[in-house]
Amino acid sequence: MNLMMNLLKAFLVGGAICAIGEFLVLKTKLTPARILVGYIVAGVFLSAVGLYGPIADFAGAGASIPLTGFGHALTTGVRRAIQEVGFIGVFTGGLTQTAAGISAAVFFGTLIALVCKPRPKA
Amino acid sequence: MFDKKAKPSPRRQAVLDRYSALVDRLSPRSKMGQGLFRAFVVGGAICTLGQGFIELGLHCLDMTVAAASTFASVMIVLLTAALTGAGVFDKIGQYAGAGAFVPISGFANAMVSPAMEFTREGLVLGLGAKLFTIAGPVLVWGVSASVVYGVIYWLITILG
Repeated sequence: MNLMMNLLKAFLVGGAICAIGEFLVLKTKLTPARILVGYIVAGVFLSAVGLYGPIADFAGAGASIPLTGFGHALTTGVRRAIQEVGFIGVFTGGLTQTAAGISAAVFFGTLIALVCKPRPKA
Repeated sequence: MFDKKAKPSPRRQAVLDRYSALVDRLSPRSKMGQGLFRAFVVGGAICTLGQGFIELGLHCLDMTVAAASTFASVMIVLLTAALTGAGVFDKIGQYAGAGAFVPISGFANAMVSPAMEFTREGLVLGLGAKLFTIAGPVLVWGVSASVVYGVIYWLITILG
């Protein structure tokens, strides 16, 4: 029951965050790439002012999988590193926290790009 | 043999009518409504899959919450990279729009997709640079914003 509840919460919150993105695509002239950048920065900002933490606690992957969650991870990493090592944490915390996602994307991206041939765009 | 052209029985026809009425009622009318609906459903599904990986990590692989969350992101990145290579993710993207690119799958797709077309610039520089065509700006602005926040947070801890 708890499992189903967690999956449902992830679906609803994650879906809502994506629907907001689609709204921005349709209503503004923003390209997807700009929205990605906007989502990261928005995640950093919302996390910094303390709004994203409760959403993340509530929704799990519904908050951490959208790119706002990437911004949230940067912020929480920076905050924790500052608490542990002081000022230098400003520069170490963010990338430490997000290292796994970035490294995975770089490695798998390289691997796939080497193995797969691009196909003509439909 | 099953005859496709045969008229359905009246009872079956009633069921079909009720079904198409339901489809009509539930499908969004406008382009906006349709776009939002698709983004919501597909984006929600990707996040649900991520939550599934979190639960798997927590209960079957004995991970901490933070590790399970990272594990979920890595798995979504891996799946997206593979689906992009197979040419499937582009179709999901065309259907779902923001539902496909707002989750971390969009970040992974934005790296793999340009990188696959590296041949003109060569392996080392072409692939290496194209991997970051879109991921580069995302990292630059994300990391910069987090450093700005870090400086402010550090000042507050010093002065507070």
